[in-house]
Parts: sequence; C-alpha cells; structure tokens
Amino acid sequence: MTDKKAKETWVEIHKILLDKGKRAPQVPQDTREVPLEMKVKGFLLHEAALGDKVEIVTVAGRKIKGILSSVNPSYDHLFGPPIPELSTIGREVREILGQGRREES
Amino acid sequence: MSREFSYEAVMARMGEIMRTSVGIDYERYDTGLISFDYEGMLAGTGYDLETIREVQDSTSVGNTPLVELRNMTALARAVSAPGKGARIFVKDEAANPSGSFKDRRASLSAHEAREKGYPGIAAATSGNYGAAVASQAAKAGLGCIIVQEAFDSQGIAQPEIAEKTRACEAYGAEVIRLSVGPELFYHFLIVLEETGFFNASLYTPYSILGIETLGHELSCQVREREGRFPDVVVATHAGGGNVTGTARGLLKAGATDTLMVAASVDLVGLHMASDRDFNRKSFTTGHTGFSIPFSTWPDRADVPRNAARSLRYMDRFVTVTQGEVFYITQVLAEIEGMERGPAGNTSLVAAFALAQEMDEDRIIVVQETEYTGAGKHPLGQLNLAKEMGIRVERGDPVKNRPGEAIVIPEHPSQIRVAEVDLNRIRRSYIRNALQTLPHGKKLTREDLSFLAAETKSSLDYIKEVIHEIGPKG
Repeated sequence: MTDKKAKETWVEIHKILLDKGKRAPQVPQDTREVPLEMKVKGFLLHEAALGDKVEIVTVAGRKIKGILSSVNPSYDHLFGPPIPELSTIGREVREILGQGRREES
Repeated sequence: MSREFSYEAVMARMGEIMRTSVGIDYERYDTGLISFDYEGMLAGTGYDLETIREVQDSTSVGNTPLVELRNMTALARAVSAPGKGARIFVKDEAANPSGSFKDRRASLSAHEAREKGYPGIAAATSGNYGAAVASQAAKAGLGCIIVQEAFDSQGIAQPEIAEKTRACEAYGAEVIRLSVGPELFYHFLIVLEETGFFNASLYTPYSILGIETLGHELSCQVREREGRFPDVVVATHAGGGNVTGTARGLLKAGATDTLMVAASVDLVGLHMASDRDFNRKSFTTGHTGFSIPFSTWPDRADVPRNAARSLRYMDRFVTVTQGEVFYITQVLAEIEGMERGPAGNTSLVAAFALAQEMDEDRIIVVQETEYTGAGKHPLGQLNLAKEMGIRVERGDPVKNRPGEAIVIPEHPSQIRVAEVDLNRIRRSYIRNALQTLPHGKKLTREDLSFLAAETKSSLDYIKEVIHEIGPKG
C-alpha cells in the first residue's frame, strides 16, 4: 500500500533540466557526464505518494511538475564535531598576547 | 506562442530577457567601438548617494558599527618588526538585516522593482546575496525567487549553500536548487521569462551603487573618530562588486589617498564548473575562481555591461590560503569575541599580514563581516573537507593545496599574503577587450581613454601593451 500525502503538504520535487548529452558546450568533462538536476519545494496540488509525478505550487506562486522526492524536507546542514586542528588556536594566541602584555608593563 | 527551451534557444533570447527584466537600455551608453560611458550608466539610474542612503535607511540597511580589533592588532604587533603593526578596524556588516553587506547591494533592486511595478524579484546566487534579496523582497512585499547552484551529482549539498537555502526560505523566498554547472544562468533566464520578475543581478548599476554607502560610511566613521581617513581598506574580492562599490564610496567621501586592497582565497587548481571539485573548495565565494576571471574580464556577468569593474579601483590585489582564513576566524572569535563568517575573514587575514608592513599609527580597515551559523562555519566546512578526503593539518600555510590539503597555521607569524601581479591582470584585461573589437576596425581615441580608465593606468601604458601584444590581442 502506498503512503499517500494529502494535497497542500509541503514537499520537494526533483526534475532533470538538461540530460547529460544536452549540457552547455563549456562545461568540463566530469560535469558533462551528469545531468543538470533541479530540486524545488512547494505545496502539493493534489494527493500523491513519493516517486509520483506531481504538480506543486511554490511560495512565489509558480506551478511546477516533477517527481515527488521528499515530504516536509529537513534542513540537515550541521556544525558537526569540533575540529581538533582548530581547538588549541585560542590558547596559543592568548599565550602570545599574555607574553606581549608582560613585556609591555 | 510556443517557446523552445533548449540551452541554445534560451541563450539566444538572453538580450531580450535582460532588457525586460533589468529595465536598462545598455546600448544607450556605448561610446566608441569597445568603450561605453560607465559613469553615465551609473548616473542614468537616477540614484545619488543621498537618495541611496534614504532608501537603505527605510529598511534599516547600513549604519553598521566600526569596531577596532585591539587584540588582533596586539597579536599582529607581537609578530611585527618594532614600530610596525597598524591599527586594525572592521566594519561589522553582519549587523545588517540579513547578516551581510549584501543587503546594501539588494536594497536598490528591491526598491526599483517595487517602484516600476514588477510582480517580484529574482536573483541567481548561492551566497549571502540570496538571503539579502529575499529579506529586501519581504520588506517590500514582493515575491522572490533565488536560483542556487547547491549540490553535486551525488546529491551532497555544499553546507554553506544549504544554510543559504534555509535563510532564503525563512524570508519567504522560493529557492530553486540546481546541481553543478554554468547552466544555472540558462534556467534563471527561463524563470525571468516565465515570471516577469525583476532581475536583481549582482552586476547592475543598482547593485554597485548600493555598496557605495559602505565605503562612504566607513571613511566618515574613521574620520570622525581619528580625525583622518583610513590608510588602507581591504575588501574580499570575488565578482568585483565589493571592491568597486566600496572604492567608489571612499572616493565620494574624499578619501582619495586611501589605498584599496582586494583579497581573495587562493583556490588555484580547482575548476569552478566541475562537479567533482564543487564540494572540495570549502569556500563558496571570495576566491580566485571568481576574482581572477572577473578582474580580467568583468563583462562575463549576467548583464551586458557589468557595473562591477574592480580593475578601475584596485591598488593592490593579494591572495590568502584556506587554512589562514579558518585560523583567523578562530582567532577573531577567541580574542575579539566576534564569531563571524568566512567572507569578511578573508580580508581580515590580508589585513593582519598587511598591518605588519605598516607603522603603528596607521589605520587599516576590513570593510565587512558576515553572519555565521551551521554550515556557514569552519566546523561544517572542515568536517565536509575531511569527508571528501582532503587532509586538514597544522603547518606552514604555504603548503596549503586547494582540494588536497588545508594547512592551518601553527603560529600567527606564518600568516602572509601572496601578491597578484596587477600588470599581468591589466594585460589580460586589455587582451580580452581587444578581442571584442569588430574585425578590421581600429581603436578610437575614446576607446584608448576607456581602456586607461578601466585598468587604472595611462594612455601611454595602454599603447605600450597594445604594441606588445598586437592589435587583436
């Protein structure tokens, strides 16, 4: 049974804009070997399931068709763990400044 | 009417789409065979500095604090020769509504779009400018579309651009995210044609005039506090707008002796349109991938005549390394209590090195900061770099290799700038300009003076270079 999402659900669609043979002449080889893809978010205009061909309306009022690729897509960019190569910089420069201040006095 | 949407068909309609979406008749300003009336084109918008200031005031853009970085100056002096180490100031542009100086750049476009009755405003940008346009559109009650180059063919988003997607969407904009490639511009044209939105290009006169207030403001702030203009202003350099607008503002304030330095992150070896290199840059702007091509030929932009013409204003052009920018970002947070994004910190690295060449009583100003946050931060970038197989290590930053090794200095004395030979850039610009000369035609007197102004040089210099490289470059 497919999990249908209701009309008005906030989703992302995916679409190929240019197939790999149709890319601009100036792109380098590695880019030419892959298609130009697009992802856009908007509200579903009708009930649909993931992978369906759907139509959405964006917040700018455009209606666009594509494959339903994500439902209520998350923002998942992170800071991630601390970087050890940065962790001691503060201590190092404070030490330099501390010495400088003692010499000045 | 049925329209063709192949790459070639859409690009062929560029002139018409641009005229409609920017509302400027660029050909009006043509003078010689290759020259055009640059000042006339800017003045033709009808905005003078006072009007721009009023427009920006109405949305709380500008009037940002000028901060003296006393601890940063002390650190520079600790590694300088005796008597050296200029006072370092920074213009805290992160205090603008969307967190960067780009609000200045977007403000006139939003104002113009509303005045002229456009239904909305669109921009092709993956950086802070998108957030600025979206924020200004929200204030003006206009629809907004931002087109970004956002992810590679593996679906991996560049973290800084992912943060920009979120910010633009937070301001109520539609964000069109594309995979890697210069055809972003192709899709942008389709969007402009479909929507009839105003093209808030980074390179229109509106965009550049909006930055003039930054240079003007900072020079007046320094003069008020110190009784004189700054000796040096450093701007992070990419497409040229930041350098151009700031320098023009300095000149309008009367700071004619202030030296304008452009600084970029050195990304030599990485291809800007490469799907593979996309997530190996660690920097999305302010780097040589933009600054070198745009300095040597500004008219590669999305408008017929680029209003950002940095070579007219640069007194010096330097590069710094990725590792040095991450280092100084950490230092700024830890000794100045200011956590800011990488763009302003690129010019801060340069200022830290240049201050050491200058006497202690001199003043050097870094003209921007930008907001920071998840993705748009050394942690997000360096974690991604490690995942992409790039070595991250401490050492002499001279060993930094973009795409292979990010070398974070072990000591502030290792921070230095590399000079970009401006004469090499000028020659390359002249060669590019000559290639646009119609076949069989000779440069007019007007063209020669134009080239001298474009390269901040002289008629004699232009003649000498043309003699050397031949009339067709």
